[in-house]
Amino acid sequence: MDIVQMLVVLAVLVLLVKPLGTYVYHVFSNEQNRLDRVFGGTERLIFTLIGVHKREGMGWKKYALSFMATNLILVAFSYVILRLQHALPFNPNGMGSLEPTLTFNTVISFITNTNLQHYSGESALSYFSQMAVIMMMMFTSAATGFSVAIAFVRGITSKGKTLGNFFEDFVKAHTRIFLPLSFIITLVLVALQVPQTLDPTLTVKTLEGAMQQIAIGPVASLESIKHLGTNGGGFFGVNSAHPFENPNPLTNVIQILSMWALPAALPYTFGLFAKNKKQGWVVFSAMMCLFLVFLSVAYTSEKTGNPAMSALGIDASQGSMEGKEVRFGIAQSALFTAVTTAATTGTVNNMHDTLTPLGGLVPLGEMMLNVVFGGKGVGLINMLMYAILAVFICGLMVGRTPEFLGRKIEPREMKLIAVAILAHPFIILVPTAIAFMTELGHGAITNPGFHGISQVLYEFTSSAANNGSGFEGLGDNTPFWNISTGLVMLFGRYISMIAMLAVAGSLMRKQTVPETIGTFRTDNKLFAALLIGTVLLIGALTFLPVIVLGPIAEFLTLR
Amino acid sequence: MNEYKNEDPRSSRLSAITVPLRISLLFMVICGIIYPLVSTGAAQLLFPGQAAGSLIKDQTGQVVGSELIGQSFTDPKWFQGRVSSIDYNAAGSGSNNFGPSNPALIERTAASIEAWKLQNPDVPVSELPIALITNSGSGLDPHITPQSAMVQIARISKLTGEPADVLKQLVEKHTEGRDLGVFGDKRVNVLKLNLALSAILGE
Repeated sequence: MDIVQMLVVLAVLVLLVKPLGTYVYHVFSNEQNRLDRVFGGTERLIFTLIGVHKREGMGWKKYALSFMATNLILVAFSYVILRLQHALPFNPNGMGSLEPTLTFNTVISFITNTNLQHYSGESALSYFSQMAVIMMMMFTSAATGFSVAIAFVRGITSKGKTLGNFFEDFVKAHTRIFLPLSFIITLVLVALQVPQTLDPTLTVKTLEGAMQQIAIGPVASLESIKHLGTNGGGFFGVNSAHPFENPNPLTNVIQILSMWALPAALPYTFGLFAKNKKQGWVVFSAMMCLFLVFLSVAYTSEKTGNPAMSALGIDASQGSMEGKEVRFGIAQSALFTAVTTAATTGTVNNMHDTLTPLGGLVPLGEMMLNVVFGGKGVGLINMLMYAILAVFICGLMVGRTPEFLGRKIEPREMKLIAVAILAHPFIILVPTAIAFMTELGHGAITNPGFHGISQVLYEFTSSAANNGSGFEGLGDNTPFWNISTGLVMLFGRYISMIAMLAVAGSLMRKQTVPETIGTFRTDNKLFAALLIGTVLLIGALTFLPVIVLGPIAEFLTLR
Repeated sequence: MNEYKNEDPRSSRLSAITVPLRISLLFMVICGIIYPLVSTGAAQLLFPGQAAGSLIKDQTGQVVGSELIGQSFTDPKWFQGRVSSIDYNAAGSGSNNFGPSNPALIERTAASIEAWKLQNPDVPVSELPIALITNSGSGLDPHITPQSAMVQIARISKLTGEPADVLKQLVEKHTEGRDLGVFGDKRVNVLKLNLALSAILGE
C-alpha cells in the first residue's frame, strides 16, 4: 500500500503538468487570450494604481534592477513591522518586538523564498506579522522568482532586445496564479479541518482535568500560499507536522501537490516558449529520474529503520517513527521529505533531524544539487544552466562550437554560468568550515558525533538552496547564526538570478544558427542522460567529501 | 540601452523608484491584509467548526480539547498517546530532535521500555510497537497506531474491570482507515477513544 499511495501522487502530478504548464504559458506569453476577460479589468486597475502605463519591455539590467528595488522596499517595510509588532493591531496574544538579528534573518529568509525560521510562530509573531509580513512575502517572493524564471526563458527562446516587463509579470503572477489558487486551496484545507481564525490561544480542560493551552490562528490562509509559492515557513514551530497545519493524509497530499505542481509544470511551459515541447519533456524527465532515485533511498532507509532502536527488542517493523506522525506513517513522510527539498519549499511534516542517516542524506543531496524541480522558477533556471554546461562539455569533446536552442554558447555565457554554479558550493562549504572553527558556530550543535556535522552542513545548504528546512535541533537563534545564514540566503538567491538574467540578455541578442545534420540535438534521450550525468558529476565532485564526513560516516557507525 | 531613447530620462529615473514603492505598498495590502481577512471570513461562514479548531465536547457539552491535538493521559486506566517532549502543551510544538545516533535517544527509549514493563507485565516487550515509544514530530500527535491501542487492552481491562472483548471492539470501532482508502496509515484517535471509554465507565 505504501508504494501504491506514492505512485498515485506521482501519477496525479504527471497528469497536472500539461494543463498547468499550458496555463502558465498563456499567463506570460503576453498574447491575447480568454484569460484577459476574467483578469484584465483588475489588472488594468492595478497598473493604474502603481503608475505603470505602457508596460514596455525591459533589457536584462532594467529587469534585474526593478525586481531588486521591489524586493528591497518589501524588506524595509517588513523589518519595521516585525520590530514594532507589539504596537500594531491583531496581536491578541501580546507578542513583543522581535530581536534585531532575528528580524534581519526573518525578513531575508522570507524575501528570498527560503523561509528558514529561527523563531517559532506561535510564540514569537503576532497575527498581524503572520499576515502582513509572512503571508505577504510568501506571495511576493514567489511571484518574483516566477517572473525572473519566465524572463530567463523568454531570453533564451526568443529573439529581440527585451525580457518582458517585470511589473507586468509580477502582477500577473499574483492575479492569475497565486491569489486565486491560494484562496481555493485555503477553503479546501479549512473544509479538511485546518483552522482559520483570529481568536487568541485557546485554553481547555482536558479529559483528565488538566488545563491545556492550544495555540491557533489564521493557519489555512498561510498553508496554501506556503506550498503554492514553495515557501515553506510554518505557522507553528514544527511546520506541517503540526496537526493544525496538516491534520490528515489528504491535506498532506494536497500540500505535496500544491508545492510540486508548479515547479514540475514549468519545464513544459519552457517547451511551449521554445516551440519544442520535446525539449520541455527532456528537462522534466531528467528532473523526474533524479527525484525517483532520491525518493527510493528515503523510503527504503526510513522503512528499514534505525538499527540502534531495533536492537532494544521492541516491534520496530513499522520503520523509523521517531519525529514522524502516525497519520502519515513512513510513506507520506518520505514522500513529503523528498518533495519539499526537491521543490525547495522547506516545509516539513516530520523532523529531518531525526531521519535515519541515509534518509537525511536525501534532503541534503537534493538541496546540494538544487535542480530536482526546484523552487518557484529557480530550479528550472538552474537545470537550464546545467543544460548549457552539458552542451558546452559535449562541444569540447567533439571539437565544435556548442549551441543551445540555436544560439552559440560563447565565453561570456560560460563565465557567468561558472560563477553561478561555483557560488552554490562556495556559500555552503566556506560558512560550514567557519562555523566549525568558532565556538559561536559549533556550540549550537545538539546531536553528538557525525550527526553534528550534518546539522551544521544542513543549515547552510538549506540557506544556500533557499529551502528553509532544518535539522531543527540546531540551536540557531543566535546573532552568529542569524547573520551568517542571512547572508548565505541573500547570495544564494540573487547571485544566480542576476547571472542568469545576464546570460539570457546576452543569448537573446545572438544570431540564430540554422539547424543542420551536424547540430547536436538537445531534445532526445541521449541529452537527458548527459544532463543527469553533468548534474551528478558536478554535485559529486563538490560535495562528496563533506557528505562522507556527515551522513555516510553516521550510517557506517550506527549499530 | 538604446531601446529607451524616446523616454524622458527624468521621469524614467523617477518611476524607477515610485513604481517599486507603489507596487510594494499595494501588494502588502492585497496579500497581507485583504487576502487573509477575506479567507478568514469565508472560512468561518462556510466551515465554522473546522475554522475554529475542530473542538470536541464530552456528554455534558463541556469542551475537552481539539480532536486534532493530542492530550497527556497520566492515569494508566486510559489509553496512552505517544511520547511528547513538550508534554502535549499545545501553546508550543516540537520534539527532542534526537538524531538516530544520539545516545540520548536510546536512553529515553530504554526508560520508556522499563516503564512499559512495570505497567504491562502481561505483554512482552517484543510486541511493543515502535510508534508508541517514539516522540512524534509535533509533540502533539493525536493518534496512535491500531496495534499500539491493542497492546494496551490487557492493562486497561485489569484496571477498569471492563472485559477485553469490549475494549477490543471499542478500539476497532475507533480505528480510522486510510484517507480515500489509499493515503496515509490506519490510526486511532486517543482522545476520542478515551472519551468513548469514559462513557462506558459511566464517568
